[in-house]
Amino acid sequence: MKVSPKAEEILEALWIATEEEGENAAHLSTLGVGPEDEALAELDRLAYIEISGDRVYLRKEGRPEARMTVRRHRLAERLMMDILDVKGGEGNAKACELEHLLHQGVDTKICTLLNHPTTCPHGKPIPPGRCCEEARSKGAVGVVALTELKAGEGGEIAYLATGDSRKMQKLMSMGVLPGTPLALRQTFPSFVFQVGNSQFAVDQELAREIFVRKG
Amino acid sequence: MKKSSPSTAGGHPKVILVGNPNVGKSVLFNALTGAYTTVSNYPGTSVEVSRGFCDLQGSRFEILDTPGMYSLMPITEEERVARTILLEEAPHLVLHVLDARNIERMLPMTLQLIEAGLPVALVVNIMDEAERLGMSIDTELLQEKLGIPVIAAATARKRGVQEIRDLIGSHAGQPRAVFGYAADLESDVRRVANHLKGDYRLSTRSLALLLMQRDAEIDSLVAKVEGAGYAQVVEAVNAVVFERRVDLHLRISLERKRICKGLLEAVVRQRPLTGLSFAERLSGWTMNPWTGVPILLAVLYFGLYQVVGGFGAGTIVDFLEGTLFEEAINPWLEGLGDHYLPWEWLYELLVGEYGVLTLGVRYAVALVLPIVGTFFLVFSVIEDTGYFPRLALLVDRIFKRIGLNGRAVIPMVLGFGCDTMATMVTRTLETNRERIIATVLLALAIPCSAQLGVILGLLSGVPGALAVWTLCILVIFLVIGFLAARVLPGEQPMFYMEIPPLRLPQIRNVLVKTLTRMQSYFLEIFPLFIFASVLLWAGKMTGMLEGLVGAMAPLMQVLGLPAEAAAAFIFGFFRRDFGAAGLYDLQTSGLLSPVQLTVAAVTLTLFVPCIAQFLMMKKERGWKVSLGILVFVSLLAFAVGISLNRMLLWSGLLS
Repeated sequence: MKVSPKAEEILEALWIATEEEGENAAHLSTLGVGPEDEALAELDRLAYIEISGDRVYLRKEGRPEARMTVRRHRLAERLMMDILDVKGGEGNAKACELEHLLHQGVDTKICTLLNHPTTCPHGKPIPPGRCCEEARSKGAVGVVALTELKAGEGGEIAYLATGDSRKMQKLMSMGVLPGTPLALRQTFPSFVFQVGNSQFAVDQELAREIFVRKG
Repeated sequence: MKKSSPSTAGGHPKVILVGNPNVGKSVLFNALTGAYTTVSNYPGTSVEVSRGFCDLQGSRFEILDTPGMYSLMPITEEERVARTILLEEAPHLVLHVLDARNIERMLPMTLQLIEAGLPVALVVNIMDEAERLGMSIDTELLQEKLGIPVIAAATARKRGVQEIRDLIGSHAGQPRAVFGYAADLESDVRRVANHLKGDYRLSTRSLALLLMQRDAEIDSLVAKVEGAGYAQVVEAVNAVVFERRVDLHLRISLERKRICKGLLEAVVRQRPLTGLSFAERLSGWTMNPWTGVPILLAVLYFGLYQVVGGFGAGTIVDFLEGTLFEEAINPWLEGLGDHYLPWEWLYELLVGEYGVLTLGVRYAVALVLPIVGTFFLVFSVIEDTGYFPRLALLVDRIFKRIGLNGRAVIPMVLGFGCDTMATMVTRTLETNRERIIATVLLALAIPCSAQLGVILGLLSGVPGALAVWTLCILVIFLVIGFLAARVLPGEQPMFYMEIPPLRLPQIRNVLVKTLTRMQSYFLEIFPLFIFASVLLWAGKMTGMLEGLVGAMAPLMQVLGLPAEAAAAFIFGFFRRDFGAAGLYDLQTSGLLSPVQLTVAAVTLTLFVPCIAQFLMMKKERGWKVSLGILVFVSLLAFAVGISLNRMLLWSGLLS
């Protein structure tokens, strides 16, 4: 059942409030809607939510839809920022528009294209879809940003996703070239990785632009 | 270190040292020329070209040490400096120095140098550490494959230096080997190179490759040389770039990597290693925040507090100042003065209260030099272990908050030695925004070692005072940095840094480096000390000093300090450590309560930079910015002093 974009936004906010911030409900004012809101009524009709006074509860029936909405939003962010290179406020705004179009399998295709990412560019988790579970059970090797690896993991550098040619040149001259094996040593406070017999430290912004084929 | 412009030294054949950062070019330069240029375990120590001479078999050679570069296509200012040398000089020999452990990563640059038609020889350096890692490198086979001389060396251990000397003396001829890229890339290169008709130092093949990678500097060089033919070159380059529609830089890098892989086959053998060495494990601990912060605190405690504060500012100063000057030299000088100097003004100028000999020389030699010297010693030891890059990655996140990045750790730490030197080093930061923020923070919240030594000595007698002082300075540092990052517009800097292995410092290098730094420090500040004591003398003779002290009395009153403290603040104008030392005199005569002492120490630490630092700020940042910083820092120092005084009195802390 496809709900309206406005209703999707409400579901998303409810999911974040209840699942990630540990609340049991969200206030109408935090959702930014009035009690007579149409989208709210739509969700109420579908029995996805329960309204009690000025508090809105996410019902069990609404959870799968809310989960997938958050997933689509964060996939859209990844697509915008990693592949289309639209960053910052504009990237966020465009992702908000794009997410409402990712239905009927488009989300699965994008998720596969992005190699089943597990976090959004802001570091929040992307709820896994069926395609992610399948890829995991088949043991598919994914290409992920360095920020998605854990310390001690490694792989082969797949590509560098930076749009800035100077940055790209810097990385390449340090020996960070596609096809080179890389081992991640630590992730906090900076990313430290080893290429050949040398160790390098980079910040999170740069680490996000190095993509590694996990192995 | 001998330095001269290219024109005056044109007579001798030139040998140019090139290579990645931190591979030991400067060590080799020192070994060849017998000169000293600063060497450390920190990438990017050399930021300019050093020139020296080397006499071999009756002829003289000029040796040029260049800043590290990662490839023939420069990104940073230092790399540009290094390449300009290759573009402008006509070398007898180019020595490419590389790190044996990373030969696979660094060999592509050898290819680029050969390709450019330069007379190259390869020095495979740091062989000792590579062998310890279980690597063996067959340099004879590599020499055969590359077609250029290859020498295995460990220059820090003097290994291979004689062979390099022999090579410089005897080398002649050009490399002949040509390494082919994939056919399609080769035809692209030819397409561009065919249009290059002018006379260049580097081969047209090499220039064509650089043009295809959009090297702006080469582009304007070609435009100048080709004149009318330039349009055709541009057309060819654009056509190639458009047809490929991929990043040619990446393509070319991958091709070079493929060639190097082939070259190194059967040359490099790696024996499997078991377990991590102690140095590697220690390296991991320094970078992990849980263990890294305690290690940092230990380094600060032992390095700064014990050695600089305890030994330098305590033991050595007590001996020089207390025993040597107070008991022997000064009474003797005063005696001489009583005898031979009947004119009061001259007596006062030379041996009086603010006399050049009794105050200027005493402060410079007995008080400041031992403290700064021990600081430089500790700094050199830490620098050579390779600890600073690890500190940089540890503090990067915090430094980003204050508008800097981890790379700024070097000027900041150096500031604890001498803020004037540190202000000069802010030049190495990438953006103007970072340079201004670093300059402000150095002027405000980083006490230099002389000041720090005296302050540690002063406050350690009063329980709690040191903690209050540390907390105040730390909070001011972070808050002002945070606000400066908000106020000043600009891009967030990127942080990337090579982490060199931890090494045991070599005593000789540490000592030479410490002495070189002390020497330049002494040459720079000694005249200022004399200048400052002459000014103070003039002030005393004309009564201006008393007037100034009187004028500052109300301010001292607001700060809750005795009127005499004004003299310490006025000293502070001339040298920050003068100010701290003035405080020391007040403390020993028992004029200050714990609260007063803490307030005075905090205010003085934050207060105006010394005259030398101010002049350096002016030189690096210009009048407008440096005057702005001066006014801001003075106002803030007194505002903080006044509020701290109120807070301490109100809370009853320390009293």
